[in-house]
Amino acid sequence: MLLEVKNLRTEFKLKRGTVRAVDDVSFTIDKGEILAIVGESGSGKSVTSLSLMGLIQKPGGVAGGEILFKSQDLTKLSQKELQQIRGNKISMIFQEPMTSLNPVWRIKDQIMENIMTHMKISKKEALARTVEMLDTVGIPSPAERANDYPHQMSGGMRQRVMTAMALSCEPDLLIADEPTTALDVTIQAQILELLYQMREKFNMAVLLITHDLGVVYEAADRVIVMYCGKIVEEADVKTLFEHPQHPYTVGLLQSIPQIDNESDEHLYMIKGMVPNPLHMPPGCSFSDRCDRCMERCTKEMPELQEINGHKVRCFLYDKAEEGELSAK
Amino acid sequence: MNEVLMKVQDLSKYFTIDTDWRGKPVSVLKAVDEVSFAINKGEAFGLVGESGCGKTTLGKILVNLYTPTSGKIFFEGKELSALNKKQRRSYCKDIQMIFQDPYASLNPRMTIGDIIAEPIIINKLLPMSEVEERVIFLLNCVGLARHQRNRFPHEFSGGQRQRVGIARALAVEPKLIVCDEPVSALDVSIQAQVLNLLDDLKEEFKLTYLFIAHGLGVVKHISDRVGVMYLGKLVEIAPKKELYANPLNPYTQALLSAIPVINSEKKERIILKGDVPSPINPPAGCRFSSRCFKEFGPCKLNTPKLKEVSPDHWVACHLF
Repeated sequence: MLLEVKNLRTEFKLKRGTVRAVDDVSFTIDKGEILAIVGESGSGKSVTSLSLMGLIQKPGGVAGGEILFKSQDLTKLSQKELQQIRGNKISMIFQEPMTSLNPVWRIKDQIMENIMTHMKISKKEALARTVEMLDTVGIPSPAERANDYPHQMSGGMRQRVMTAMALSCEPDLLIADEPTTALDVTIQAQILELLYQMREKFNMAVLLITHDLGVVYEAADRVIVMYCGKIVEEADVKTLFEHPQHPYTVGLLQSIPQIDNESDEHLYMIKGMVPNPLHMPPGCSFSDRCDRCMERCTKEMPELQEINGHKVRCFLYDKAEEGELSAK
Repeated sequence: MNEVLMKVQDLSKYFTIDTDWRGKPVSVLKAVDEVSFAINKGEAFGLVGESGCGKTTLGKILVNLYTPTSGKIFFEGKELSALNKKQRRSYCKDIQMIFQDPYASLNPRMTIGDIIAEPIIINKLLPMSEVEERVIFLLNCVGLARHQRNRFPHEFSGGQRQRVGIARALAVEPKLIVCDEPVSALDVSIQAQVLNLLDDLKEEFKLTYLFIAHGLGVVKHISDRVGVMYLGKLVEIAPKKELYANPLNPYTQALLSAIPVINSEKKERIILKGDVPSPINPPAGCRFSSRCFKEFGPCKLNTPKLKEVSPDHWVACHLF
């Protein structure tokens, strides 16, 4: 087990109240595994990844829980100790390749900075490694392009540079926060293919954060569905897409217009919208939008229960009615 | 049914990027280059393409936000450039637009009631005493409540703002609505709500849509016919079932195969090499030739024209 997150809670203390962006989230990632976290905006998926990296800024902060990376609790480390791990053993690709590179530095200097921080090698060797990494991620004529500034590259190229930078120290865990959202579909296919190859090559684990269920289906091994800061369902990809159980997951899957769907009927809709995090409904946070809401749902929050490796947070699948679950 | 509402002939829009000291253009961006198509009454025509292919520019030309460099637009049989000022005004009323970013397309200092009322008042469609009633009717049509008309855009979520944008477009009873990526800024669950709303409104108000999007799933859901654009050119037009089942242009094939689908059968994916070339200096001949996996002799030499290969299926490719 590479990473184990236990009961992680991240809170933002605002004037109007405390927002619990990540609430009691636990999961694990094994070596070489691709775990996807899906959810809509405001579900806490990005905050989860930033918490792992120790990048939550005031007024926010990790309020509880443990993040065990190779049995070392990251929440207890000082910034200096975290720096040893960040960019080295755990690295991250951000959503916006346009804004996450420094516009006034050459590409090579940005990648070399990371290499020289974490490895004891000479500048010359670092440069050679930079060029090698750019070549690995598929940038044509890497030696020349290394001298470019970010504005001279297209979005897909910049995302490749980000990936090269993240991979330059051969991390054990790569966190990819919406790596393809800002890109066109043909470029998205290239980047996903690249992530796949890199995983094979370096045997690293990937935490893929996205809102695109199609990307999840193609790329991930296991999926976590988040809603309002909580995990509502967790299963391996095949199980989740073939037998989704939580009403939110079911609704999400049905509401995507699919290109292999021939019918002209109306799309399924999840009614209403994500509740304001300062005014959560009592009980289950999905209860006000759920078609199968029962009286109990508006009063208590269901627990995340595991049945045959498939975790779901819903009263419909209460352990007492385990027989019913397999019937559905 | 097959009555043509809008016809576009060899429409081009060039932007001058740089001029020499005499003011003569030295570098020109061909955003839309000799595009021809027709939209029938009551249909939804989808336009797909990647960023920078000119689909938004095309939409903006049709609603008269840009003047085309060359080419003709016919609306209900009348040519746009031949219209006088008054007729042009009524043309603008008949074609409305829904914008991509609901966060940027509503004036933050106006209440949504005022935003929806403004086009009615400017076009003098109703006496002032009836405007408010009409605004309430429109709000109900898009699924908002009457008391919300006194609120400001920042009090609404993205999906609700997009509904306001739709109500504003409907206010002047248009015949054609250009929907420029109306759902790409929204979450999946909200996206379905807005798509269904657009579908319902189309029936109710007998609308025609030009639906611009980069999400092929979304376009397939809402459109009757689909046009594919690449670097300012239309490369394929076909009824949606035909296009998705039997794409002919290699670019369309690659685009369709690139979409991640939720389906247990793994399909073969065509991974295109390289990036979309710059529209300022596009490749000679067919513009897709630099990335095409079926490129051969004539591709780099001359530009293919749109040809009708089978009934209603138009392709611009040297293979056909």
